[in-house]
Amino acid sequence: MIALILILIPLLTGIISFSIQEDKKVRTWAYVSSVLTVGVALFGLISYTKESAFDFKAEWMGSLGSSFHLKMDGLSKLMCLLTAVAYPLIFISTLRTPYKNPNRYFGLMLLMQAGLFGVFVAADALLFYFFWELALIPAYFLCSTWGGERRIAVTFKFFVYTFLGSVLMLIALLSVYNNTPGHSFDIESFYRATISGSNQNWIFWMMFVAFAIKMPIFPFHTWQPDTYEQTNTGTTMVLSGLMVKMGLFAVLRWLLPVMPFATANWTNAVAFLCVFGIIYASLIAIQQDDLKRLVAYSSIAHIGLMCLTLFAVNRTGIQGVMLQMFNHGINIIGLWIVVEIIERNLGVKKISQLGGLATTSPALAIFLTIIALANIALPLTNGFPGEFLMFNGVFNSNAFDGDYTLFGSIKFNASSFGILFTVLAGLGIILAAVYTLNMIRKVFYGDVNELTAKGISLGRNEKIVLSVIVVLILVIGVYPKPLLDMTQSAADFIMSRADVSPFLKK
Amino acid sequence: MNALIITAVWGVVMMFGGIWFKKGSAIRSLGIAGMVVLLLVNILEMNGTELFTINFKGMIQFDRFALLFNTIIFISVLLYFLLSARDMEKVGINYAEYFALIFFILCGVTLVSSFKSLLILFLGIEIISIPLYILTGSDKRNLKSNEAALKYFLLGAFSTGLMLMGIAMLYGSSGSFQLEQVGLSAAKFPTLHIAGMILLLFSMSFKVSAAPFHFWTPDVYDGAPTVFTSFMATIVKVAAFIGFIRLLYDGFEYMQPTWQLWIAIITAATLLIGNITAVFQQSVKRMLAYSSIAQAGFMMLALFALNTDAREGLLLYAAAYCLATIGIFAVLVKMHDYTFDGFNGFAKQNPLLAATMVVFLLSLAGIPLTAGFLSKFYMLKAALATGKYFWLVVFAVLMAAVSVYYYFRVIQAMYFKEGESIKLETTRPFKYTLLLLAALVIVLGIYPNLLLYWFYF
Repeated sequence: MIALILILIPLLTGIISFSIQEDKKVRTWAYVSSVLTVGVALFGLISYTKESAFDFKAEWMGSLGSSFHLKMDGLSKLMCLLTAVAYPLIFISTLRTPYKNPNRYFGLMLLMQAGLFGVFVAADALLFYFFWELALIPAYFLCSTWGGERRIAVTFKFFVYTFLGSVLMLIALLSVYNNTPGHSFDIESFYRATISGSNQNWIFWMMFVAFAIKMPIFPFHTWQPDTYEQTNTGTTMVLSGLMVKMGLFAVLRWLLPVMPFATANWTNAVAFLCVFGIIYASLIAIQQDDLKRLVAYSSIAHIGLMCLTLFAVNRTGIQGVMLQMFNHGINIIGLWIVVEIIERNLGVKKISQLGGLATTSPALAIFLTIIALANIALPLTNGFPGEFLMFNGVFNSNAFDGDYTLFGSIKFNASSFGILFTVLAGLGIILAAVYTLNMIRKVFYGDVNELTAKGISLGRNEKIVLSVIVVLILVIGVYPKPLLDMTQSAADFIMSRADVSPFLKK
Repeated sequence: MNALIITAVWGVVMMFGGIWFKKGSAIRSLGIAGMVVLLLVNILEMNGTELFTINFKGMIQFDRFALLFNTIIFISVLLYFLLSARDMEKVGINYAEYFALIFFILCGVTLVSSFKSLLILFLGIEIISIPLYILTGSDKRNLKSNEAALKYFLLGAFSTGLMLMGIAMLYGSSGSFQLEQVGLSAAKFPTLHIAGMILLLFSMSFKVSAAPFHFWTPDVYDGAPTVFTSFMATIVKVAAFIGFIRLLYDGFEYMQPTWQLWIAIITAATLLIGNITAVFQQSVKRMLAYSSIAQAGFMMLALFALNTDAREGLLLYAAAYCLATIGIFAVLVKMHDYTFDGFNGFAKQNPLLAATMVVFLLSLAGIPLTAGFLSKFYMLKAALATGKYFWLVVFAVLMAAVSVYYYFRVIQAMYFKEGESIKLETTRPFKYTLLLLAALVIVLGIYPNLLLYWFYF
């Protein structure tokens, strides 16, 4: 029932938003809606412990074997919590950003939130697909209407990319459906589907490409930096903080447990893509002069690490990813808020034009530094427990093991690949420190120039939001146990389905 | 049965109406009343009330499939009349005749959706085609309209010839026009039988404008008066599809291994040519002509699969495609500039029309929450269930992704580009009908059982 309410609140308030013409009123309406959602989410997660409170099933398209089935496991709860918490932060931090047609802007934002909730709770493949697209369409309009000069072309690229991925996923879902007992789209029957090994292989790739485009994983990432750069910051926060998680979430819920053998089969290929992407994106991030592009590439590197860990199929690793999905959402929203503040106040986002902001606006410097340190996973920040668990998982993983033959002649044993991937991904962490600290140095230290001389004074709304984010970062960094407890059973379940190492002769 | 008689009678009534009534509004009301009556008697028949009983000796059978399809068509035509009947008046002076011709076409449609004999199929197709030739050329002073009519007539006549030849061969091999008889006697003279079947297949492919028999479509759709293009591209096209699936399902189901590869190739070619060519169009009207070819490619998947899902899905597809295309054309007719640039800034001037256009375009592109998605979904599901020619399904969705490009170009022009698009003068009922149409598209996209329920009960 809670899942249904979480979808309905933003859906209904979003539709109503379109009819509220006045700027101030529609903003207030959107805040109220988002705060209400947080309230419902927190209340629901704390006060209900029974499974049945998080399960909702209604008749929908009986003849197709599809029902309106929503179900929240630990992972869904965590992602819903993130989605709920992120929205007020986004809305309040962009309080002073002017929008043309604010009624449409906030309406679309709320509709997108409904779509995101739907993706995270849907327990029926067709319903999942519906919400997957419902989250995409508002994003298309948001990115195309409000943003930089090249926004229309850039967003279109993003849309066509993701749409192509989704239709491939649709075929994959249909193929799984054809192999389920009793032809049903329900997640339970998907878990019971019997698919032959050769079919699993191509179904796996069709699904993985769809999810990889969303995350994005190298080489499907080319839409992402452009879109983040051109889009208005509020939408970028939703895209990078929340929508990107759809890809990771979908792998955890719809790929690993449904197609364990294909996953085991292709895990090395995917891992190579991820590792290559981590290093590639980090190296490009070092070169960036544009704050937004820097954050965008840094996000690609971080997501690459999470995806790598997913395919290591390891108990600790998967819990680390779940925790990190939440953390990454919080951290990157924090980064965007700071970027947005700088851009709005000074009118530039080029690193080379900034400098010395620490002396003129110390508050901002403190906030950014803490968030940036979380971004490179320093101990005591929330990034640390997540990344530690993830590296631990990759290092100890036995999913990469096995004898392989490349191009028919080169034979090798992959038993030490876990260590190799850990080292290479660890390189990414070092590079992350390089570009993040470099950015801090250039933006906040060095000489004060004309532009930065007047400094930036933070508004009360911005102070509140950034404080909340910093508190979250520190609290989770010191005491991540509640979140880990929440995801424990979900991770156990995924491992029970996805870990096929006992069946495989390595 | 009810609809068959009433359409023919009302066609004649409309012709005389042109003599009795001089005012356009009276003629229009008579036409709309006719559609309402048709819809009612057809629903009556679905509930078991037959107003006429004529012994057709099994040549015509109004089964559930036919009746449900007729209902869909009558609802679509009713909405089409409500939206576009005023614009028909601007085409020429023979206002009542246009209505009469459309009713005669509907008579042909009811035949094509219910035939059990090849003879009736031929009659139905001809009754549809001949009034269409006239409607295409109805803008008499326009050279393009005349050219389109001539082209359509010549090529149509040619395909009719092919069809007759095919029917004759099938008669030769089986000794009967009845579909069941034809289907059962495939083994007697296999060569003659297959040759006849292929000829019939080609001529039907021509009627549904499947590649490589599609060459007439863009020119004819572009040349015909826009308001009639809307009718041709929707009602007539899906009617031909229903005839096609009936032909294959009742007559040639046993021959599926023989024709399946042919249909698969035609499907792939149609999807490819329709979508790729549509991308390069500069005029929205011509883009819609190619998009109708592309959509035909998707409907061909139902013929390819030919199972229960395919039959259900084709009905849904017919409804989704008709509603969305009629809506877009209703707005397009009122535009002066048919190019993509003509739509620049459209949303600012006409927010309501633009919003409904978005729904229609999303539906045509196959985005979830619209009927267009579910109908495409049914097609894919049906095709996958056959377990054969997997590449066709993948190809189809790739082409669906291509189609997003040209449908979204209109949305981009309307919403994101600045331009001097004018405010269209529309009446209040027009707006309400358009809203109703958009609502129907969404409702069918969320709850298709509303329609498919009638297939079984």
